[in-house]
Amino acid sequence: MTGTAVFLQQLVNGLSLGAMYALLALGFTLVYGILELINFAHFNVFMVGAFVGLIVLQSFGLQGQTVLLHGAPLVLALLASLAVTMLASGVLGVLIERYTLRPMRNVRGPMAMITTIGVSYILFNLVLLLTNAQALNYPDPMPSVDYHLGGVTIRLKAVIIWVVAAVLMWGLNLFVRRSRLGKAMRAVAQDAEAARMMGVEVDQVVMIAFFAGSALAGAAGMIFGLYYNFTQYSIGYTAGLRAFTAAVLGGIGNVPGAMVGGLLIGLIETIGSQYIAAKWADVIIFSILIFTLVFRPAGLLGAQSPNRS
Amino acid sequence: MPEETLLEFAGVHTHYGDLHVLKGVDYTVARDDIVVLLGGNASGKSTTMKTIMGTVTPSKGEVRFRGAPINRLSTSERVKRGIAPVLEARRLFPRMTVYENLEMGAYTRKRGPDFDEDLERVYALFPRVKERRQQLAGTLSGGEQQMVAIGRALMARPALICMDEPSMGLSPRFVEIVFGIIQTINRQGVAIFMVEQNAHMALQIASRGYVLQTGRVVLSGPAADLAANPAIREAYLGELQVEDS
Ligand SMILES: Nc1ncnc2c1ncn2[C@@H]1O[C@H](COP(=O)(O)OP(=O)(O)O)[C@@H](O)[C@H]1O
Ligand SMILES: [Mg+2]
Repeated sequence: MTGTAVFLQQLVNGLSLGAMYALLALGFTLVYGILELINFAHFNVFMVGAFVGLIVLQSFGLQGQTVLLHGAPLVLALLASLAVTMLASGVLGVLIERYTLRPMRNVRGPMAMITTIGVSYILFNLVLLLTNAQALNYPDPMPSVDYHLGGVTIRLKAVIIWVVAAVLMWGLNLFVRRSRLGKAMRAVAQDAEAARMMGVEVDQVVMIAFFAGSALAGAAGMIFGLYYNFTQYSIGYTAGLRAFTAAVLGGIGNVPGAMVGGLLIGLIETIGSQYIAAKWADVIIFSILIFTLVFRPAGLLGAQSPNRS
Repeated sequence: MPEETLLEFAGVHTHYGDLHVLKGVDYTVARDDIVVLLGGNASGKSTTMKTIMGTVTPSKGEVRFRGAPINRLSTSERVKRGIAPVLEARRLFPRMTVYENLEMGAYTRKRGPDFDEDLERVYALFPRVKERRQQLAGTLSGGEQQMVAIGRALMARPALICMDEPSMGLSPRFVEIVFGIIQTINRQGVAIFMVEQNAHMALQIASRGYVLQTGRVVLSGPAADLAANPAIREAYLGELQVEDS
């Protein structure tokens, strides 16, 4: 492989990871934008999402490397799995908000954030117990087709991941920009009291933010499983911190920022691993987190937090 | 009752924790009124507005709208029944367009021909707002923002608009425009209850007024009487009298 081909190959690989981080980062940003809350439970909603995805895929008969379905049935089974996983993860997010965070809504200080850490630990330990701390194999149901472009290999699986992530992000963007509730969400993020005065039910908007963010985390969890071919109780931590870094890098609270940040972190991870060393990936990524917080706290595209006046 | 009563406060008290702000106030706003609420700093004027919108709940007493008690209604329900706010310092959504801000004013209503009709009405009142409809609200001047804020309230198709210091921070030219618009809106059948520091101009367009002092109504009556009242002239119209002479 030539030097350029190696670089391009890492770019291609980084795009898949970046898509996953972007989806995950959106959940941090949606919630932060509205509540000014860093939701650490999000790490493990993602992890639970990966397991839900596994169970759903298996229930469609998609197990291990055996290819049971082809063509349209396979596409439908994958789409249905994705939809069910997102729905289940979204509901999990809503339940977490409703029962652990809403009672804290008017408590000042870091209580709500600490609560999310607690919820995160509960999810982590529940899955640890239920799986006996085992890593589980993820099905690899997609036909292994590779495309070769000038020394770079692009797997069909990667293309599918990109398309799914792009469609989800496009959908979210459309929802936030154009729909009535999406506009209410932006209004609450910009001035919650004024939005309430317009007749917006803030609790409803918060619920939708948690649902959308958690559903996207579920999609990211399924992408993780399909990309790495396994899932485990501990996957939320690393991926979650990287996605959080992506959200801060893009500008916390900023929806397009989370997408850009996610892609950048994915690319930095693969390219950094190639040219420096895989073990340095986290050092690089968290240095970016610290440098962003110190020198450009508003991130690349500008942080957008609620006006508290 | 001389005219049809729209809004009534009957012995309303409010608290923020231990802080007792409104101490048994009574107000009445009739269907065709412009009522002005005067009072010094921290006397409870903004609290009155918040109590009307339902973001502050009375600890005692009753707020009625069209005769029905509304103490327990959510803000969204109040907006649906016909009360809309023009908030202190305008409080537009700065990173949304002017058009989207107007849409937020109509948030509780079904989208339909009514919406377009009201939009045209707002654009007719404020041609400037129409010109700027695709601009982000945060980029407008203070005066333009106040026009959008009033337009946003109108998009709820309200029977009553509560305004908290609509002339605050505006240039004299815009103050003129805003007060003119308030009169126009009122003639179109919308009652106005407004807090104002600019007592001189407010009393000129108002039908009636109240003076609030540390949570109690100490004076009330027709606007002309209040404007002629020596105590008010001293407290609120002092410097303007000099201007007038
Ligand atoms: N959210 C709040 N929490 C606690 N105290 C408040 C709050 N809002 C207003 N106050 C207090 O209530 C009193 C009346 O405030 P306000 O109604 O805003 O007065 P104004 O007449 O200047 O509009 C003031 O002493 C103010 O400090
Ligand atoms: Mg005030």
